Amino acid sequence: MHPRDIRAGVRRLFRLPLRTSAQVGAEADEELRSFVDERIDDLVSQGLARDDAHVEALRRLGTSIDAAAASLHTSAITRERRMHVRETVATLRQDLHYALRTLRHDVGFTAFAVAIVALGIGASATVFSVADALLLRPLPFNEPGRLAWIQNGTGRGLSSQTAQVNPFLSLVKENHAFSDVAGYFAFFGVGDMQMSTGTGAIRLSAVPVTQNFFPLLGVHPSLGRGFTAEESAWNGPKAAMISHPLWERYFASDARIIGHVVSLNGTSTTIVGVLPATFDFGSVFAPGARIDLFTPFPLTPETNRWGNTLAMIGRLKPGATFDGAAADIKALSPRITKENANANSFTATLSPLRDHVSGRTRQGLVVLALAVAVVMLIVCANLSNLLLARATTRQKEMAIRAALGAGRGRLVRQMLTESIALSSCGAAIGAVLAAAGTRAIAHMNAVSLPLLSTVSVDAKSLGVIAALAVAAGLAFGMVPALQISDAHVHEALKASGRSATDGRRGQWLRRGLVILEIALACVLLVGSGLLVRSFLNVLDVDLGFRPDRVVAVRVDGDDNAFKTDTQFVAYVDEVLRLARQIPGVSVATIADGLPLGSNRSWGITAGGADYVKGKSQGAFIRVASDGFVAAMGMRILSGRDILPSDVKPGEPVVVINQAAANALWPGQSALGKMLKVGNDDRRVIGIVGDVRNLALEESAGNEVYLPIRQVLDFSTLTLIVRTSVDPAAFARTLRTALAPAVPNLATNEVQTLQGAVDKAVSPRKFFTELLGGFSAFALCLALLGIYGVISYTVTHRTQEIGVRIALGASARQVQGQIMRETIELAVAGIAVGAIAAWLAGRTLSGFLFGVTSADPLTYAGMVAVLSIVAIVSGWVPARRASRIDPIIAIREG
Amino acid sequence: MALLKGTLDVLVLKTLSWGPMHGFEITKWLESRSGGRLDITDAGLLQALHRLEARDLLAAEWGVTKNERRARYYSLTAAGRTQLRAESAALIDQFDAVTVVLTARSARA
Repeated sequence: MHPRDIRAGVRRLFRLPLRTSAQVGAEADEELRSFVDERIDDLVSQGLARDDAHVEALRRLGTSIDAAAASLHTSAITRERRMHVRETVATLRQDLHYALRTLRHDVGFTAFAVAIVALGIGASATVFSVADALLLRPLPFNEPGRLAWIQNGTGRGLSSQTAQVNPFLSLVKENHAFSDVAGYFAFFGVGDMQMSTGTGAIRLSAVPVTQNFFPLLGVHPSLGRGFTAEESAWNGPKAAMISHPLWERYFASDARIIGHVVSLNGTSTTIVGVLPATFDFGSVFAPGARIDLFTPFPLTPETNRWGNTLAMIGRLKPGATFDGAAADIKALSPRITKENANANSFTATLSPLRDHVSGRTRQGLVVLALAVAVVMLIVCANLSNLLLARATTRQKEMAIRAALGAGRGRLVRQMLTESIALSSCGAAIGAVLAAAGTRAIAHMNAVSLPLLSTVSVDAKSLGVIAALAVAAGLAFGMVPALQISDAHVHEALKASGRSATDGRRGQWLRRGLVILEIALACVLLVGSGLLVRSFLNVLDVDLGFRPDRVVAVRVDGDDNAFKTDTQFVAYVDEVLRLARQIPGVSVATIADGLPLGSNRSWGITAGGADYVKGKSQGAFIRVASDGFVAAMGMRILSGRDILPSDVKPGEPVVVINQAAANALWPGQSALGKMLKVGNDDRRVIGIVGDVRNLALEESAGNEVYLPIRQVLDFSTLTLIVRTSVDPAAFARTLRTALAPAVPNLATNEVQTLQGAVDKAVSPRKFFTELLGGFSAFALCLALLGIYGVISYTVTHRTQEIGVRIALGASARQVQGQIMRETIELAVAGIAVGAIAAWLAGRTLSGFLFGVTSADPLTYAGMVAVLSIVAIVSGWVPARRASRIDPIIAIREG
Repeated sequence: MALLKGTLDVLVLKTLSWGPMHGFEITKWLESRSGGRLDITDAGLLQALHRLEARDLLAAEWGVTKNERRARYYSLTAAGRTQLRAESAALIDQFDAVTVVLTARSARA
């Protein structure tokens, strides 16, 4: 038989090279030729002349000989390809069948492997889904890549990021880069709007937006229309657009809502449009907030007087780039400042809207992505090790299969099929975990991540899970699979015991993998250690106020409730009087907000000097009534608190914090000095301790407290009481007691100051817990890894240890030697890990508070924890080694 | 008249149910059994053989003919045997129906 005649299947069985398409073509030619020749012979035997027979044979072909040959080539090549696919599938099925049978045999191992792969892949896929929603998926707007976030200034507070109306109008008019620029009122307050309909009142959040806001984003109302120019004018007809969820929840998806009039903070307002379900303002611009309503923001002299108010979004002109637009705005800024001499200065910078939205989250996600990658690596190293150990015990089985004709490649493929089957089972459970994980994150109130509601396990995440499954299977299966060398197999068949089954190379591989595991666990431990230390430092921060037992409730009246200042002062007095009568209330006060909530800043200038643009300092503004300092638990350093007698016709006064006093009058007493706040000169009557108003991590800047009875400029009113009663039980009492003055108070509006502080630390807490969870998982795997290797060494060397005991080695000596090996592994792992952790630590720097990324205490803690883990995991096998009975060991070995 | 689609495949399977044959033997058998009434071109038959082999209904092996010529011998696989049973029953049923219709003698059902 000619070698080329061997059937494809047989070739594959014996791993002979498959035929090339040229060979297949030649075969088809030969078949055709032989067919025609047979036909000619047949015709000749029937009595035809050979030439005539030739012509007739070609006619019977039905087509020209070349055309027949060409189509036979095609059909033969198709045939070979299809047969090849079929055989590959058949082999795979066979391998898979075998793999599943093997895995079923070893339930403990399979369950453990599947479980850790599931945890690893579940965590990875969850982090991927979040990263996808935040960083990869386009924003839910028309051509989102051309939207820019324009920021006026670079400060932390909202006032130093927003623009005043007149400069904004100049920007709209004079820029060359944007087809349009829109804005929204950045100082909108969550829960600022009370909507009353026939049936009752609910508290909602509304954002005033410029008329072109929705058209610029490309968001079209799903019902009704957008705002008209008339509605966007000062004192124009009152109109509102409502969010889709509000429409569903409160108006039962009734299409007749358009044109309906509701009362918003006491003003009759027409609902003109319903936004589409896909539009979620909060998820993009105000993470964590649910925005229900939109009202028109007039761009008029009246709103210009409010100072910096507008957050700006621009849409790039066709052909314009972000760099070009940035240059344009930079060049334009001084001119705009000059043109609007009476307004705040304008120095705009811009960034792609997507970058602004993902912002700080990006860094956190990078850290989490690194962490899950490390976790996956540890999972793979661990499984690799377990499979290596199994491979040695299965060497006989492999040897027999090899003897029966399976080539090395086939055995390697069999092993890889097994590991991929394992990882796929894990991935299936991991997908379920990821779905649960993303659901939990999407519904989490504690962390205000942008675009959270869009986080889910979608087709892309499933693709990533599948890819991870294959990659992980290959990663942890490759080393054990390649360990099967032909020499190995040979040896295994010859040898009778396990003594010959393990080479030095296998030993080193296993040790190397454990060292890798320890090192990776080190990195995670150091990372989470640094975060835990930062978290504790944040909790230890001197807030400047005492949040315990402080209860706050919104008591804003209707917009038109206070027609005169006298009416307003009477309202404040009455609410405070009612609150102070409640048993258990020690102090009560009314202010425009709580620390760690919304913020605004004004310019302040010392000594009553004229307000010079650029010369004054920014200060955080809090408008409060008497009792604020006591209710918040702040410290008065000198002077006095605001009193009920600080009213409008009296002398304008102000209380400032220590930082402001030091900044404005260094080395002098600030008491009694004059301070220009905004447009008014005020006498400093008191100096109080600094309060962390913006964030727990940020020390206080200038803070200014204005008497509420003198300054009637506030967006919200909050009643704050310090009570000795349990805050939860207090809500009902408060509602009843305040009823005469505040009839519509809802009990669910009562919040505690401690709650506000907790909410401020919750993202950090969540992040710390997540990384802590990862490192605990890593630690468990490292423990198992060390235990596995040492335990294996002991089993493997039973005979040798038996001999040594027989020759007089004490149990202590045997134990000592095993422990020494364990500690060697741990030391190597920790050394490598410490270096890796030091290198990786820098990615964490943005999240650290009060510690450096090279914090010695954290590193010491990591070394201690890992040493303990190593000693514990080495101790058990070491004890077993010391109890080996030499007689049994030598006889059986 | 050209054969109905799929008919050639069944005919080839039927031919091979008698035992392995090479391409020309199959044609020869079909011609002699049908009295030359079937319109099958030689190129079409060879293609049908490749197609059936690709579908795992036939297996092929090189052999030597009576005339000392190398040729591919085709034989039925288990799948081919099953296919032959199912398809021939269906085809016979169909031809029967066609016959009934075409030989009808009145318009009444």
